[in-house]
Amino acid sequence: MRDLRDESIPQNGSGFNRRDFLRGSGAAVAVTALATSEQGAVAQDAKKSVRTAEPQDITLNVNGKDHKVKVENRVTLLDTLRDDLNHTGCKDVCDTTNCGACTVLIDGKVTYACTRLAVECVGKKITTVESLAANDPVIAGFVKHDAMQCGFCTPGFVMATKAFCDKNPGATLDQVRKGLGGNICRCGTYAGIAACAMELVTKGGK
Amino acid sequence: MRSFEYARPETEAEALELLSEHGGNTAVLAGGTDLMNLLKRDVIQPARVVDIKSVSSWRGIKPHDGGVMIGANTTLDEINEHAIAADYRSLIDVIDGIRAIQITANGTLAGDLCQLPHCWYFRNGYGLLAMKDGESLVATGDNRYHAILGNSGPAKFVSASRFAPPAIAWNAKVRLVTQTRSVSEGVEAMSVKEEWLPLEYFFLTPKTNSQGVTVLKPGQLITHLWLPAASDTRSATYEVLELNGLDQPQASAACCLGLDGGIVRQAKIVLGHVAPTPWIAHEAAKWLVGQQITSDIAETAGRMALAKATPLSHNDYKVQMAQTAVKRALLKATNQLHETL
Amino acid sequence: MATELKVAWGPRKENVYLGKNTLRMDGAEKASGAAKYTADTNPKDCLVAKLLTFKGGAGKVKALDLEPATKVPGVKAVYAFVKVGDDLNWDGSLVAAVAAERQEQAEDGVRAIKFAFDVAAHFVDEDDLATATKLHNDQTADVLKKYPEEVRKLADADKAKLSDDEKKKLAEYQAAMTAASRIKPLGENTKGDVAAALKTAAVVHKGYYGIATISHMCLEPHGAAARFEGNKLNVNLSTQNVSGTAGQFAGPLGMDQADVTVTCLYVGGGFGSKFAADEWGVAAAKMSKETGRPVRLMLDRATELKVAGTRPSGFAEVTIAADKDGKIIAWDSHHWGSNGGLKGGTLNLAQYPYVFQFDNVNRKATGLMTNAGPDRAWRAPPHPQLCALTDTAIDDIAAKLGKSSVDVFLANIDKTNEKLQATYTAEIKRAAELIGWAKKWHPHGKGGAGPVKKGLGMAIHTWGGAAHAATCTVRINPDGSVESLSGTQDIGTGTRTAIAMVLGETFGLPLEAVKVRYGSSVYPRSGPSGGSTTIGGVTGPNRRAALAALGKLFDVVAEKHKVKGESLKAKDGKIWSDGKEVCTWKAACGLLGMMGIETQGEGPKNDGLTSAQVGGVQMADVSVDTETGIVRINQFVAVQDCGLIINEQLAKSQVYGGMIMGIAYSLTEEQILDNKTGRYINADLENYKLPRIGDIGELIVEMYQPDSEYERGVIGLGEPPVIACGAAISNAVANAIGVRVPTIPLTPKRVLDALKAAKA
Repeated sequence: MRDLRDESIPQNGSGFNRRDFLRGSGAAVAVTALATSEQGAVAQDAKKSVRTAEPQDITLNVNGKDHKVKVENRVTLLDTLRDDLNHTGCKDVCDTTNCGACTVLIDGKVTYACTRLAVECVGKKITTVESLAANDPVIAGFVKHDAMQCGFCTPGFVMATKAFCDKNPGATLDQVRKGLGGNICRCGTYAGIAACAMELVTKGGK
Repeated sequence: MRSFEYARPETEAEALELLSEHGGNTAVLAGGTDLMNLLKRDVIQPARVVDIKSVSSWRGIKPHDGGVMIGANTTLDEINEHAIAADYRSLIDVIDGIRAIQITANGTLAGDLCQLPHCWYFRNGYGLLAMKDGESLVATGDNRYHAILGNSGPAKFVSASRFAPPAIAWNAKVRLVTQTRSVSEGVEAMSVKEEWLPLEYFFLTPKTNSQGVTVLKPGQLITHLWLPAASDTRSATYEVLELNGLDQPQASAACCLGLDGGIVRQAKIVLGHVAPTPWIAHEAAKWLVGQQITSDIAETAGRMALAKATPLSHNDYKVQMAQTAVKRALLKATNQLHETL
Repeated sequence: MATELKVAWGPRKENVYLGKNTLRMDGAEKASGAAKYTADTNPKDCLVAKLLTFKGGAGKVKALDLEPATKVPGVKAVYAFVKVGDDLNWDGSLVAAVAAERQEQAEDGVRAIKFAFDVAAHFVDEDDLATATKLHNDQTADVLKKYPEEVRKLADADKAKLSDDEKKKLAEYQAAMTAASRIKPLGENTKGDVAAALKTAAVVHKGYYGIATISHMCLEPHGAAARFEGNKLNVNLSTQNVSGTAGQFAGPLGMDQADVTVTCLYVGGGFGSKFAADEWGVAAAKMSKETGRPVRLMLDRATELKVAGTRPSGFAEVTIAADKDGKIIAWDSHHWGSNGGLKGGTLNLAQYPYVFQFDNVNRKATGLMTNAGPDRAWRAPPHPQLCALTDTAIDDIAAKLGKSSVDVFLANIDKTNEKLQATYTAEIKRAAELIGWAKKWHPHGKGGAGPVKKGLGMAIHTWGGAAHAATCTVRINPDGSVESLSGTQDIGTGTRTAIAMVLGETFGLPLEAVKVRYGSSVYPRSGPSGGSTTIGGVTGPNRRAALAALGKLFDVVAEKHKVKGESLKAKDGKIWSDGKEVCTWKAACGLLGMMGIETQGEGPKNDGLTSAQVGGVQMADVSVDTETGIVRINQFVAVQDCGLIINEQLAKSQVYGGMIMGIAYSLTEEQILDNKTGRYINADLENYKLPRIGDIGELIVEMYQPDSEYERGVIGLGEPPVIACGAAISNAVANAIGVRVPTIPLTPKRVLDALKAAKA
């Protein structure tokens, strides 16, 4: 065994032969390393499941309705919703998974649409703020508590609040604040949003 | 973003084959949080993105080899809502600190472990080591968020993983798989090569811009994380977060303690966001054995853990922060942490 | 003869809408995503443009070839902002734009552009006066050496008499001097006798204070969607200035302003940074003209942070002295900072120290020229910085005296604007009650035995908030509906709701009956929404126009029903004469011919509907973790006057918003310019840290509303509540830990560094 010097992680000798790594490196989220060249690659029959980089027709189910769009793999769900389907309730604000303005539900899971490719969402149910009825309690709550000013972050906050309150009836103020920490408002409407969410969780969140 | 191929395999074998192609210049897409940022910033340019979310054998939490095995596709919410949450508190402490339902609903442990450094030079296109004309930009630039330990080499960024410190403190292992090719009597055969690696050996400090931050080879990925039986081990993570919302910790510490009548019999302390890799405080942990955790003892352990810190020009403050994180993780694990923000 | 109606509002207690809580009328549109912003403009054949920007501190364009971009599939137009030889003076400077069928194609086009630059020296350390001065002296000395005295003297010569060669030499010399300059003296002056006062002082305190540059960081980035129809241009512009921007397109495009229509129904934040068409807006229009297609160009997030507006920094060395009662008797300051854009400006010398006019004052200001995006007006310019550099010093002198800062502020209220002294005094007392000052206050540094210390701080502010110039049209239609039309906009204030309330109150109609139209430059002109001028700006003209219209309606009713016009009142959807119902509103309007009534309103006028100048007090209760440097807000109190309140809920929303923005710049947000690369290194929302919903503590807002405020008429409210936050929070932190953390924002790093420095 290695000694317990305070040099933490071994720089070598992990039992793995290091190999030149990346141009770019392993990407996020369970990543694999990236090679600099085609070395070691064996030409395989292209998998049927591989979508080439060219634009292709896909079908997205948004708010219960199927939509056909032609997009490249690299197009995010956010851009597809906004540019191709004109669902502009989800906003493009930070584009870096920080602000929550693009929040949608995918198969019921609350998600930043900027972190999803459109092709990833084929076969899934996408729910946007446009699905909410005019008398939706979350929308009504935002209006009642004046939880908006310029309104640009608001639809994303509405979706996050809806997802949180549906899942957490009876939540405390601390839990509300913890749950909604993935959204940013610049105008400073947090007090109204918190009051709105508290009222919704107290009612049971529906 | 540049263009790339996309594939959504359903089996391990298929996923590995897809990942091994293009010379392994492929990227894994699961929770998507960091991958999208890297692609948008043009920091990585994979020829293919392999969406592993449909590989069902990589999802879920199952007993395994006397402990539990968590699939790479298991979301943080699923872990948090699972019965094991009560046993592995230090992991739940991190989930608790994420404070963004969008991340906990989609993010995964494996994804977090594989995050690339958030170093702003790296993300702004200056390379992993941020060298310019043979000089480290970090060394004399704005290094307020950079390393205070293990920073004598060219790598001065900090490890981005939030779950690695608690997982290493638990002596977690990761299952790494890759596709191997063998040719026997002229027939080519593909097989899956599986290795279980202690997580603490997973992270590496690169010496050149072409090296990575983990042992992962092209085409290889983490499919599972294994944690030993919790038995009565006490654990906690303390992260110093500037925002009471989604934020990167400025320092963190996780510990696992085996106690016997209040006396420490086993201890492991791991710091996060202070060095290019998660940082194991061996001496401090060793010193704790035989002691009873008190505020003073925890404070001393914190100081020991940072005794060899070599802060850069603008991040001396992180030494204090990291000491505090160690102290508070120890106190939290022993239910003695009361007054903090 | 037309019925004359009194323009002043009636008794407060008789109001139906005024001063009450009325829900934001377009709230549901915003919350549901139905509201369409400029960024959402997406007509069928719309092109999307992306930008190539400079990534460095300073440079000169060496090569720029857009041709390769035009070959990229989907690309329809390219546009250059610079040419070879041009200077690129800050990170994010615009280089080129590419418009394509799709975003990703535009990005491909941007990547295809061949762009190269020569690196030039940059300077970004805006707090570092010593280095800036040395650089300036060294560099300008080099220039002086290079250019003989006869060239330098040409600057004083009669320009008309210079030869071409001389002119050229002079221009070269002057350009070299500009390039070499890093500081700009911005004056100094003296009042009273500081030296003499210092000798008599009971306490003297010398302090250093700073406040970093921040970006506006509008969630909807700056941008425009332009569309040519024939030779007419329609622009959807994300703007605070619907009525004032058409000409800014017309000029560069060589067309008549009358052929340009600017539209903005919703704007996703502006905070003072969206008054102009901007070069990117003009680029969108030009590319639209070239392609005959609509073009949408919104800044990307990094560029939004870098070039679309910042609030200047400020740093000050202050000597402050007080007598034993806490009366401040002397002030001596030198302040500096940068407003970016190589402009060399800093906070206005004449406004510092802030709010207080002390008897003995020496002051001096120096501007720094930094390679950073230029400033734009940021909510209450530059009061937040002035307050942060003034009220902190007052707090420190209070601490030195061992006095509560409430007592010291009160002791010096006689040095504030005479008209506001009573307001300040009342507001301070009320805020102290709300936060429990008497019970919670302790001397500086006695914030508790554990690692987490608690403290209290306060600060006061002032703002004008006079109504802007505006006109409007009000219509009473024969079917009973009423309309208001004006080229104003809603930046979050609740303009629509405020106008509807004014018309509803004047006509005695439900708000649903009032249609408010704005957001187009074809409507009667209305001032830009900045400086807390809008609510006063739009309510005055609408009230006046509505009254004129009502007078005309009353004439018709009076004649038909044989009553006196002066006896008539409109209330509850009916017309009343001396308390008796005459007819319904609808019936009255039915008496009008097909044309109905249309009136015009304008303002501001000196008729009591609006006025200016408010005070305001804020108090913060914070906890500071001395082991991590983290500061959290426990309670944050604002007591704010603003004259007559149109809508109390929306007024309070403005105050909450100001306080939360205040928490942001006090604790976490700042522009970080890296001296190695010259880059705005944190131009993303991970590292440009804005508070989240968990970071605001408990906010307590009270509108200071004695009858005397109602009598003042409307005064704008957007700016005041954002001013005192920095000083109040910094003072609370100092009270908690007994150490001044000199520079705002009070990040964990700055708090720990200050604690360590104090120990050393």
